[in-house]
Amino acid sequence: MPQLAPISRSKTVTALLVAPAGLFFFFLLVLPLIVVVIYSFGARADAGGYAPAFTLDNYANLPARGQAFFNTLTLAPLGTLLTALFAYPLAYFLAVKASPKSRTLLLVLVIVPFWTSQLLRYYAWIMILGSKGIPSWLAYLGISDLRIINTPWAVLIGAVYGFLPLMVLPIYVSLEKLDKRLLEASADLGANSWRSFLQVTLPLSLPGVATGSMLVFILLMGEYILPQLLGGGKVFFIGNALVDLFLQSRNWPFGAAVSTALVAIMFVTIVIYMRFVLSRGDVRRAALV
Amino acid sequence: MTQTIVPDISFRAVSKRYGEVRAVDRVDLDLPKGSFVSLLGPSGCGKTTCLRMMAGFEQPSEGEVFIRGDNVTGVPAYKRPVNMVFQHYALFPHLNVADNVSYGLRQRSPKPPREAVAKAVDEALAMVRLQGYGQRRTWELSGGQQQRVALARALINRPAVLLLDEPLAALDRKLRHDMQIELQNLQRNVGITFLLVTHDQEEALSMSDRVCIMKDGRLVQTGTPRELYDEPVNGYVADFVGKSNFFAGIAGNARSGLIDVALADGMKATGRASRSTVSPEAGEAVLVSVRPEQIRLAAAETDLPNQVAFRTQAKVLNRIFLGEQTEYLVAHEKLGEFMVRSPRQGNQALAFEIGDRVAVGWPPDAALILAKD
Repeated sequence: MPQLAPISRSKTVTALLVAPAGLFFFFLLVLPLIVVVIYSFGARADAGGYAPAFTLDNYANLPARGQAFFNTLTLAPLGTLLTALFAYPLAYFLAVKASPKSRTLLLVLVIVPFWTSQLLRYYAWIMILGSKGIPSWLAYLGISDLRIINTPWAVLIGAVYGFLPLMVLPIYVSLEKLDKRLLEASADLGANSWRSFLQVTLPLSLPGVATGSMLVFILLMGEYILPQLLGGGKVFFIGNALVDLFLQSRNWPFGAAVSTALVAIMFVTIVIYMRFVLSRGDVRRAALV
Repeated sequence: MTQTIVPDISFRAVSKRYGEVRAVDRVDLDLPKGSFVSLLGPSGCGKTTCLRMMAGFEQPSEGEVFIRGDNVTGVPAYKRPVNMVFQHYALFPHLNVADNVSYGLRQRSPKPPREAVAKAVDEALAMVRLQGYGQRRTWELSGGQQQRVALARALINRPAVLLLDEPLAALDRKLRHDMQIELQNLQRNVGITFLLVTHDQEEALSMSDRVCIMKDGRLVQTGTPRELYDEPVNGYVADFVGKSNFFAGIAGNARSGLIDVALADGMKATGRASRSTVSPEAGEAVLVSVRPEQIRLAAAETDLPNQVAFRTQAKVLNRIFLGEQTEYLVAHEKLGEFMVRSPRQGNQALAFEIGDRVAVGWPPDAALILAKD
């Protein structure tokens, strides 16, 4: 009979397993975050950068970047919602309607865009949404003077395009493992296919929607390239404001305050989200079975 | 006007094909109102496909399905007045017990009032002895309790027929037995027609009023459990329903209800035809079927009772003590091995040991002369 490993040894193993990620996160996430928080209470040095101080001026000054906060806090949730609305039918088609043979191929196609650089794909969208793209075609149909590029719409279109796979895959997984017999039971009890969808399929696939939304929302909140390219600097996010503050005006303490505010907002949003969506027993249970 | 009783479900020449395979082959079936009917057969015999065509999950390739006289061929499941208890219950994991049970009522339009639904749920849960379980999550319940939730969820709708798809297969032996009795009582109390699909012959025989035996997509025989046991139409049914010994032979001439059969090596046996089918023709290849409990054992041929017509010698190969009965496996030089069940003897001297030579025989009316299938 094999002897059980002594507890101290299993603890060592655990420590060794956790160490790489733990050290990585400590030095590259926790420490920098502490530095950022400390900087946020500092003052701007005369030549730019950071000068030690303790002041709340930077936080009092946050409304100066109110537009960036407003854009981020409206477009990130809206983009997440739109992505979910576009992703759900696609995931449903893949998981339920597509034949098992074509399913794998179609799933690969969903991920294919990731094989080219995100930057390159957004440049393509600049062309598509620019004055020589879709608006020029619409002009033929009599719809003139339509501007898409450099508007919030362009950013939303880019968000849906860029984050669709991240939303499709978790929804696909939750729909794919849905027990088809539950739909038979629902039909047997008198529900037509639409009612069965609303009462069985949708609630049981919500964990997938929740996971996908979380992923997309977090990434959109910190987005920089998307508003930079498709918003043309006119629709700017907190990410753009940060680049501006750190690299252009070199007001590091104010940048640090904006960063801290962003992290705080994200943290609160995610906690509320987890509390009200993911903590629901039935959703959690459905995610497990 | 004479009132004819319309069966709750009827099949008229129903077939179901999957490509070239006929899963169900021209089945005619009637489920009498208020009866407990079993559809019995080995896996792949088409019994589950029949059930799914009753529920509306599958539509027949040919033939027609009637529910209480209405032709429902082509009608989808959600419009049919039947309900099903699924093999693995298929309870909704995101709903509690009460919401599972009320699901069918909540699909009706107009929606019944909330209080009426709550009352019906309480009654349905009481019927399956799960009072007070309404707020439980389904996964907190044991297998037997989940089973009863599935029953309540189906019966609350007062279906024309309750379809049960191998409902006891997932339960352990003891619980299965309890549920068998409970299902029978439930059926008598609610008076709804039950259709049970099972591969377990014991379950089918013990619970149902009528049993339909299927093989390769066809309905082989329908009858009461007793009819199937005593008057099987062929060797397949005799073998499937209870145990039997079979001896192959060629049918000879019939005389006064009895048929002579030529067995291997010039041996002869006499038996009767089953009342469920026509007598085999002279010259037809047949099976002589004798139930193990119909065969008599004795120390010598002269000790066998007078009515025993077929007599021969065999050797005891094995003996299994079953309490009220003893099961012997005996070997005959020409007929091969066969099974004998003797009731417990008060006199221990009448028990035989392995290796003993014994006289065996059976009366003519114990032997059934059957077609193979």
